[in-house]
Amino acid sequence: MRVIKITDSAAIRRQIHDYIVANFLFDTGDVKDDASLMGEGVLDSTGVLEMVLFVEERLGVSVSDEEVLPENFDSIDSLVAFVAAKQPTAAPAGNLSSGA
Amino acid sequence: MCGIAGALSLNGAPPVEPAGLERMLALLRHRGPEMAGVFSNEMAALGQARLSIIDLAGGLQPIGNEDGTHWVVVNGEVFNYVELTTQLRARGHRFRTRSDSEVIVHLYEDVGPALLDELNGQYAFALWDGRHRRLVLARDRVGIHPLFYTVVGGALLFASEIKALLSDPRVSRRVDLMALDQLFTYWSALPGRTMFEGIREVPAGHYLVAEPGMAEPVLTQYWSPGYQPRGFRSGPELEEEAYAERLRELLVDATRLRLRADVPVGAYLSGGLDSSAIAAIVRHHTGTPLETFSVVFDDPTFDERSFQERMAKALGTEHHVVECRQHDIGRVFPDVIWHTETPMLRTAPAPLFLLSDLVHRRGLKVVLTGEGADEFLAGYDVFKEALVRRFWARRPDSRLRPALLRRLYDWLPDMERTNQAYLEAFFRQGLTETADPVYSHLLRWRNTSRLKMLFSAETRHALASYDSRPELDSLLDPGLASWDPLSQAQYLEVRTFLTPYLLSSQGDRMLMAHAVEGRFPFLDHRLIEFAATIPAHMRMLGLNEKRVLKRAVRDIVPTEIRRRPKQPYRAPISGAFCGPEAPEYVQELLAPQAVAAANLFDPKAISRLLAKCQAAPHLGENDNMALVGALSAQLWHQTFIAGFPEPCSGTPVEVVRVGADVSLAAPA
Repeated sequence: MRVIKITDSAAIRRQIHDYIVANFLFDTGDVKDDASLMGEGVLDSTGVLEMVLFVEERLGVSVSDEEVLPENFDSIDSLVAFVAAKQPTAAPAGNLSSGA
Repeated sequence: MCGIAGALSLNGAPPVEPAGLERMLALLRHRGPEMAGVFSNEMAALGQARLSIIDLAGGLQPIGNEDGTHWVVVNGEVFNYVELTTQLRARGHRFRTRSDSEVIVHLYEDVGPALLDELNGQYAFALWDGRHRRLVLARDRVGIHPLFYTVVGGALLFASEIKALLSDPRVSRRVDLMALDQLFTYWSALPGRTMFEGIREVPAGHYLVAEPGMAEPVLTQYWSPGYQPRGFRSGPELEEEAYAERLRELLVDATRLRLRADVPVGAYLSGGLDSSAIAAIVRHHTGTPLETFSVVFDDPTFDERSFQERMAKALGTEHHVVECRQHDIGRVFPDVIWHTETPMLRTAPAPLFLLSDLVHRRGLKVVLTGEGADEFLAGYDVFKEALVRRFWARRPDSRLRPALLRRLYDWLPDMERTNQAYLEAFFRQGLTETADPVYSHLLRWRNTSRLKMLFSAETRHALASYDSRPELDSLLDPGLASWDPLSQAQYLEVRTFLTPYLLSSQGDRMLMAHAVEGRFPFLDHRLIEFAATIPAHMRMLGLNEKRVLKRAVRDIVPTEIRRRPKQPYRAPISGAFCGPEAPEYVQELLAPQAVAAANLFDPKAISRLLAKCQAAPHLGENDNMALVGALSAQLWHQTFIAGFPEPCSGTPVEVVRVGADVSLAAPA
């Protein structure tokens, strides 16, 4: 799977938002950027792990167990902040591969 | 749709006696019950048992070109024949029939084997090229139609089914133990091989050329599914909606082409997304009235009737069902093996045998089905399994990550009962071997390989130093390692399972057992090639499968069908063979003497397996596979190796001889 290296937090926001709407809401509704994803029933405990998988596969950041916390994963705002802080800004733009 | 058979002389002697060719055709009669035609000369003989679908009156085969130098017999359809005929006429060719098959012989005259690049269809054909004194055997890109051959006694014999080859006294009937090993690893023998030593298949996407005097026929690959290297795109990445729109256009066109027939066309409805999408397209994009067909099960674990009924109602089709009870599977299983000509690890073909019978009794000859969507548009659990295991493998010590295993195989009733520690232990096997391009399937193959403990001492001894991996690797695309992990997994699923098992044992063979032709819009090569350009992260969005397809059909397939969790098509196993209604042959064929006589399995191990099944009707997945594997192999051995029936003498085929050169066609 291709990884997007984005330094623009608006683009990260869009990726995360679209994924949540498609994968957890099945395109039936929307979610506010500051809403609690667990609190609103969007994510359950496996849903959080699907989110972790997504940010690793698509946004190229690596997540440890210790970082899987509500302060990082419970809203779109917190996710964007977490990913932006983790993405190495020195990395060259362009596509990198993940996986194997 | 039909059956074809014939021979080429390699040493100058007549290739096959006329009665021999008729015997071959008689064994293919279920495929083409209406008539048979043959062409022969001193070098080659071609025959076809016919089921008429296009040009009912004029399509008798073999078909020759204008001057009778080239002759062809075809099983299957060339869907773009209308367009090709127009082009060929413009180039000066004269057509004698309205049959789609005739384009092959004229196009071959112009461009030789390169004609295969221009065909959109599903076919296996044999062409005698009299100018070059050459036989060409070819199979469609994904191998929808079968074609087997063997070289024996100075002749090359070919046929749509192996049983026709076995009817020739020159052909010996021996087990290929390496194929048995492969079946108990990959769930099927690898492409090219059959369960019979010395009998080969023309692999999907290949053609074979043979000439008198040649030591070995030459196989050439003309097409293969493929993907672009990771991180490389030949064009810009589009929005998901653009891919969905293009997919819809292609699917509509592929379906329209597959409605070309001079007889009514029906559709299978499984209750899932893929077959629903096809039926909905027929309803919404064509004026064709539609009859739909479904299997329902008395066991609710397997039954999808509520979804089938909802879909049929939404489309307003005339809907027919056949109920498959556990004992029905046991009842028809010997017939199933007669048609598949291979043992198997599943019973899933059996209900489809009943379903094609229903279609036949309703008077239809053609059905559309949804095969191919799970492979090319990424629907299978094995793809998710690989994704989750790679995710876990990046941090193998993570306590959290294995919890995602619960998202896999959630349709398996056993999954709920399995505790987390067991799940983790199972899926941790080989967890970090992510550099292997076959990573996605390694766990499945290793797990299946455990069943080889059931092999007899002699079988195990013969296979002691055998490793099928080099043969597998030799069949895989050289670029495989450069593809993204999802594409690798999809490709492996196509090469090791879709073509050799699904389209054969569960496809062509079950359909043709009752003279029904299946047509598969998702297997249109334009759609396959397009699907490979959809970015992997869109084909499967997180763990959300077939995302682009769901979007492409969102206005014509009801939400409840699109949203329902994927339920793979499966059929009962242990209850079919071990319950109170178990067929008698189970006990007979799995008795120690019978197992020892076939000498494939260990009699004691099989007795224990059977006793376990009889004591507790609910077996686990591995024991179920073991039971079906052993029983089907015993049935197969009894049917084809230990004995082989004479063709039914009560129903001779009506044979018409065609062509000017009839030196060998005089009555025997």
